[in-house]
Amino acid sequence: MNTSTSAARSKSNEERKTIRAERLKLLRRNKAFLVGAVILGFWIFIAAFGSFIAPHAYDAMDFMAVSKKPSSRYLFGTNKLGQDVFSRVLAGTQLIVWMSFTATALGTIVGGSLGLAAGYFKGWFDIILMRILEAISAIPVLIVALLAIAALDGQSSSITVGVIGFVFAPNIARTVRAAVLSEAELEYVAAARLRAERTPHILFKEILPNVLPPIIVEFTVRLGYAIFAIATLSFLGAGVETGSPNWGSQISENWAYIFSNIWWPTLFPAAAIASLAVSVNLISDGLLEVFEV
Amino acid sequence: MSTTPSLELRNLQVQYAVRGIKKDVLRGVSFSIAPGEAYGLVGESGCGKSTAAFAAMRYLPRNGKISGGQILFEGNDMTAMSADEVSNLRKSAISMVYQNPIAALNPTVRIGDQVAEVFELLGESESDAMKHAAEALARVQIADVDSVMRRYPHQLSGGMAQRVVIAMALATNPRLLVMDEPTTGLDATVEAEVLDLVRDLRRETGTAVLFISHNLGVIRHMCDRVGVLYAGSLVEQGTTEEIFNNPSHPYTVGLLRCIPRGGLHKNTDRLDTILGTPPALGAKFDGCVFVDRCVLVEDRCRASMPEPAQVGPQHMARCFHHDKAQSMPRAIDAVQVSVSAPASRPTTGTRLLDIDHLSKAFTQEGRTVRVVNDVSLSVGVGETLGLVGESGAGKTTIAKLILGLTGSDNGSNVVLDGKTLAATLSKRDVADVGAMQIVFQNPDQALNRRHSVTRIVSRAVQKLRGFNSNESDDRAHELLSGMRVEASLHSARPTQLSGGLKQRVAISRAFAGSPQLVVCDEPTSALDVSVQATILNLLVDLQKQDGTSFIFISHDLGVVRYISDKIAVLYLGRVVEFGDSNQVFGGPHHPYTEALLSSVPNIDGSVRKRIPLAGTVPSPSNPPSGCVLNPRCPRMAGSGVEGLCTTVEPELKEVEPGHFMRCHIPFDQLRATQQS
Repeated sequence: MNTSTSAARSKSNEERKTIRAERLKLLRRNKAFLVGAVILGFWIFIAAFGSFIAPHAYDAMDFMAVSKKPSSRYLFGTNKLGQDVFSRVLAGTQLIVWMSFTATALGTIVGGSLGLAAGYFKGWFDIILMRILEAISAIPVLIVALLAIAALDGQSSSITVGVIGFVFAPNIARTVRAAVLSEAELEYVAAARLRAERTPHILFKEILPNVLPPIIVEFTVRLGYAIFAIATLSFLGAGVETGSPNWGSQISENWAYIFSNIWWPTLFPAAAIASLAVSVNLISDGLLEVFEV
Repeated sequence: MSTTPSLELRNLQVQYAVRGIKKDVLRGVSFSIAPGEAYGLVGESGCGKSTAAFAAMRYLPRNGKISGGQILFEGNDMTAMSADEVSNLRKSAISMVYQNPIAALNPTVRIGDQVAEVFELLGESESDAMKHAAEALARVQIADVDSVMRRYPHQLSGGMAQRVVIAMALATNPRLLVMDEPTTGLDATVEAEVLDLVRDLRRETGTAVLFISHNLGVIRHMCDRVGVLYAGSLVEQGTTEEIFNNPSHPYTVGLLRCIPRGGLHKNTDRLDTILGTPPALGAKFDGCVFVDRCVLVEDRCRASMPEPAQVGPQHMARCFHHDKAQSMPRAIDAVQVSVSAPASRPTTGTRLLDIDHLSKAFTQEGRTVRVVNDVSLSVGVGETLGLVGESGAGKTTIAKLILGLTGSDNGSNVVLDGKTLAATLSKRDVADVGAMQIVFQNPDQALNRRHSVTRIVSRAVQKLRGFNSNESDDRAHELLSGMRVEASLHSARPTQLSGGLKQRVAISRAFAGSPQLVVCDEPTSALDVSVQATILNLLVDLQKQDGTSFIFISHDLGVVRYISDKIAVLYLGRVVEFGDSNQVFGGPHHPYTEALLSSVPNIDGSVRKRIPLAGTVPSPSNPPSGCVLNPRCPRMAGSGVEGLCTTVEPELKEVEPGHFMRCHIPFDQLRATQQS
């Protein structure tokens, strides 16, 4: 009995691996996903190891080389304070990657839990919760974020993360709720109730795994928005610690000089934001196709 | 016959490309349909029936390709035609009726406009087209044509929608009509009406029909000649009489044997099965396609495909052993299941479950809909209670009320083994929850597709028996092996299993807590007949061994008759007849039961006069006054109690020992009218 079951286990572990392998194969064939993954992988690598690659300290000023065009010494040129734009772009990566992932993860966990509960319990709980969430999502993200940040502490990145997560939660809740509504009607849920399972088990162990694909796709979509929101807030001078080398502030500090033909301190951080946002969107397109949500 | 056949398939081969790999779906199928003839194609799912139908219209899915052979329509090769020529044929000469009529109609267009569109395509003016549409609908016996023409598809019943689809298909006076499972999914009485209609229309128009069905009874009643498909190969062909009375291919013989037909009962007869499982799509064969499941297999069967053997003047069987097929040994899955019963059970026959005055009303748009109305039934230990009735009769709701999945209304009582249970599941203790379990109709939805087979069963053991996770895993493996789910599949996901295996897993889960009563809600409706037989055998074995009681819900009266000891017939949430299986099937019947029984096309070919029910099932939100059956009752007129029937709702009375009926017509009078 035991040998046959362990043989069985190893055999269908292989089968399961082939399913996973097939899905991976589909993803690997998907050009949008591939391009997105390579770019995002690049930025995550930079976020982790950027400080080792950077040729200069991001805040080191070289007064002999102020507003210099890109050259072999300063790859992306220098800004009006003589700081190396290349090193500053590298140094800014960590903050935006960390903030956008954490904010989206927070929104997904909170929104996902609310959506699960609303879709499963239905009735009054669902009606009231969804109306509240709709009210929240009716206000534009940036305005809520600006207000909240101004009211709390204008310069704290962790508060910004919390605010963005809070603002994203309603959208994610709605997506999850829609998926749960149809899923909860399926008979495996009735079967779980018929073996006296507690509600949290039914929600998180039975239903959640089946609604993961739309959650993952929604996560990547929201991640794109988070990157955008964080960049915008920091451009406006809110939501991040002053003096931190983030992309948004780099643009806001330098964009006025574009008219003096000093375009490089603005272009490179802008391109960085664009490529990060595009990569995340490409990934969500690819996932959408493979999961067929 | 020297006339050109309407449709002729010559050695037709079709391949589907699945992820770039070409798979054979039809392996050289040849048959012809004469003008005015009805030709039936039967076979289990995946054998290529629908592919043959679509190929006959040259309407294959994108990844399908005709890789050889010819399709001749009135002598012209359709495989050589241009797309325009084919589409002209489809417009004027060939029509198709699909399985799901609601899906075949455009939900946003009124019925009248939809039917008229067919005529407009042929170049008629709008007003002419509308007039012709009304005529076409009248031809399919739709009573109030004007009101139906103004309605949208969702406002029609399934039977009515299928009539509209048939009207559209016949609108152009096609010379060939392809019908792909036209009555699957319809209730028995509606199915009988649609089939009668098709037969009448065919007599009238002389259209040739290619009729596809998995239901052998339907085929027997509808077709002149029959072809049996297996794994994309036509294994037997002949006149309907020949195929059913003198089947000569082991597959046909097996198919006919595994159907629970009239008179068979679990106590006296074990169902035959067909061994093994159908081959995977596009499997490769050197010899006969049926070798893996045939009890007569020999070496030469594996080495080469047998040539079609002429069994009779119009009868072909592709088998070396066609002369021995009928005397082939029975294939019975004799392996006994091993599910150890925990404690001793009270002796068979004592009462286990009592349902008293069970009711359930839902509020819908401010109106009260009484879905289940004062149902009282009982189930004995080791007994099977069959619930029959058409869709909307409340069968599944009753099951959910008993299990506590839906809370019943005040005044309802569910008493299990002498203990009155709370109305909802959350208020019942674990032992009571585990004592009653269910096997659902659709195992795809009933098994969590993200969990392994072991986990699904083991978790139920753990929760209901209080085992720790190691013990429960071991017990799950034991249970699954007992249900003959191979050990190699225990860690697979449900999606990797066939329909029959999934249902075995679902049964294992239901038995994990050693239940006293298991509700089986259409457990075999989604399965092929050979698989159905093995599942029914398994359920019967489990019952004999453990003394488990069943409540068995099915629309298939043959299956219910085979497995049930007692039967309750439901109509509009009420029990109209309740009694021993013999009493209910043997008669005298309640008028509704009588109509229901007479509408089932049986495979023995015996012709039974159909007793039609007038009209359609009334809405439960607005039931007729008096007896709820009275507007449709086939026996009310001339019974002498019409006044009572339309004003007073009859009680469920005991008409003979153990036989209950809800009818004003005296029992002896029913006996007399039904015997004449």
